[in-house]
Amino acid sequence: MLCKIMMKEKRQILIFALFALIILLVPLFLKGNYFLNVLVFIGINTLLAVALNLLLGYAGQISLGHAAFFGLGAYVSGILTTRFPVDPWLSLLIAAACAATLAFVIGFPILKLKGHYLAMATLGFGIIMYIFFNETVDWTGGPSGLSGIPNLRLGPVIFDNDLNNYYLVWIITLGVMLLSINLSQSRIGRALRAINDSEVAARVMGVNARILKVQIFTVSAFVSAIAGSLYAHTMTFISPTSFGFNFSVELLTMIIIGGLGSIYGSFLGAAILTMLPEFLRVFRDFDIVIYGLMLILITMFMPSGLIGGLEALFKIIAGKIKWSAARNV
Amino acid sequence: MLRIKNINTFYGQVHAIKNVSLHLAEGEVVTLIGANGAGKTTLLNSLSGIVPPKTGQILFNETEINNLAPHKIVRLGVSQVPEGRQVFKPLSVADNLELGAYLNYKIGGSKIESKKDMELVLELFPILRQRRKQLAGTLSGGEQQMLAIGRALMAKPRLLLLDEPSMGLAPMIVQEILKVIANLSREKKTTILLVEQNARAALKIAHRGYVLETGRLILEGTAEELLENKDVQRAYLGRDKKEIWER
Repeated sequence: MLCKIMMKEKRQILIFALFALIILLVPLFLKGNYFLNVLVFIGINTLLAVALNLLLGYAGQISLGHAAFFGLGAYVSGILTTRFPVDPWLSLLIAAACAATLAFVIGFPILKLKGHYLAMATLGFGIIMYIFFNETVDWTGGPSGLSGIPNLRLGPVIFDNDLNNYYLVWIITLGVMLLSINLSQSRIGRALRAINDSEVAARVMGVNARILKVQIFTVSAFVSAIAGSLYAHTMTFISPTSFGFNFSVELLTMIIIGGLGSIYGSFLGAAILTMLPEFLRVFRDFDIVIYGLMLILITMFMPSGLIGGLEALFKIIAGKIKWSAARNV
Repeated sequence: MLRIKNINTFYGQVHAIKNVSLHLAEGEVVTLIGANGAGKTTLLNSLSGIVPPKTGQILFNETEINNLAPHKIVRLGVSQVPEGRQVFKPLSVADNLELGAYLNYKIGGSKIESKKDMELVLELFPILRQRRKQLAGTLSGGEQQMLAIGRALMAKPRLLLLDEPSMGLAPMIVQEILKVIANLSREKKTTILLVEQNARAALKIAHRGYVLETGRLILEGTAEELLENKDVQRAYLGRDKKEIWER
């Protein structure tokens, strides 16, 4: 049995290695910068989706205000590097630490709530942060945004073009994905899924649900803020509209469309929701209708998300092949 | 081993447990019987820290546990099988069992040791070995109950709290589960507090029993005494309806 578990882990590592290889090789086959730019956004959105998935997909705690942590990361990083002579890498770490600290502090009261009440509380938090970004004009530049944020640099390499940004964003994203997959296989991952299913049962098993929920919320905010900081340094310009309620809902849509609790699902959801508007541009004014229709169809016919849908499809095809093979014999 | 002194538990304004005192000696099987809404489950939840009592004292091996958080109580060796089984349905049977050993890992117990514990549990419930990789939600009710008990045993409890293990199960499965519980007490010397509605079955394997009614303890005695008691017979064993209840 131990051997079989090892086998399973090996297969997981193999799948991840394959995925990482494909991601890292993609730019070699691409011509033109436009698509590469979209891929950078997919990377940042995947990072955010994975962060939210840790909270909602694993631990079952909803957040309708995750764009606030994304924004906090972006603004802390942006303000530190434009108004103070702080190194961008250091500002990235400070931004992530700020978001994590805030999440830890508000996590204790907020995560006592469950279901709709938790959704309302996180929604309120998101709105407060949005107003904060908008109104503290002296710091954030208010509605007209904050510009002139410096790029990250590593030795002689400056991350100011799409190719460099692609590798910067995706290496971090792949790292976080690997850690998340690892977490889901661990004792803590099991405990989180237990909380998701039945908090009372998890507690009588000795899982300290209250602390664990706050911890995963903090980790989720930390990763979201890193995504925010990366966004600020690659775009060099940020404004509050990117961090509003709409974006929180979009993040939620990504992980539900992709498949709750699946890290590759987060990637699929982020990729599709980032690319879809680009592809639908040919429909002009009707793009939003088709966009909505596709989301409805996916949730209706693939209730466990695209990942679950693909798995089911694969099984059906595999079954058909077996069946026809058996008939031929 | 366990001593409860005058505890009172509330749900908001509702006074669910009224001045209850009871005790368990090492190695004993004690059953708590009573009708729906008598407060049996609440009493267990007070013990495990899910709904802490407002006043009174609970001593477990001379340690006061009435103000401790649930995970600390589990660490002291009190393990609960919650009402209605509550296995983690989207997780596999093996994952469910490993979750039971959640705290053992942390305190420095090795993985090998928890594998050994799992072997013991799988020996106790052979059906779970066949089902090891299945999701817990796909098990039958009886199998889920066995899994819930096995999961609690993974924490190596010194005191096992069982909340209605017979709930919704066929009489034959109930017999099987009660047999395992009796074995646990005989061979592993586990102390057991068994909450049951099925009073006859519970009293058959218990040493002593308490009768709870609307939050108060109204009777206590050895299992034989309670089985003989006229009030218990009428209220919980259906004395006047013998032909219906007994085959």
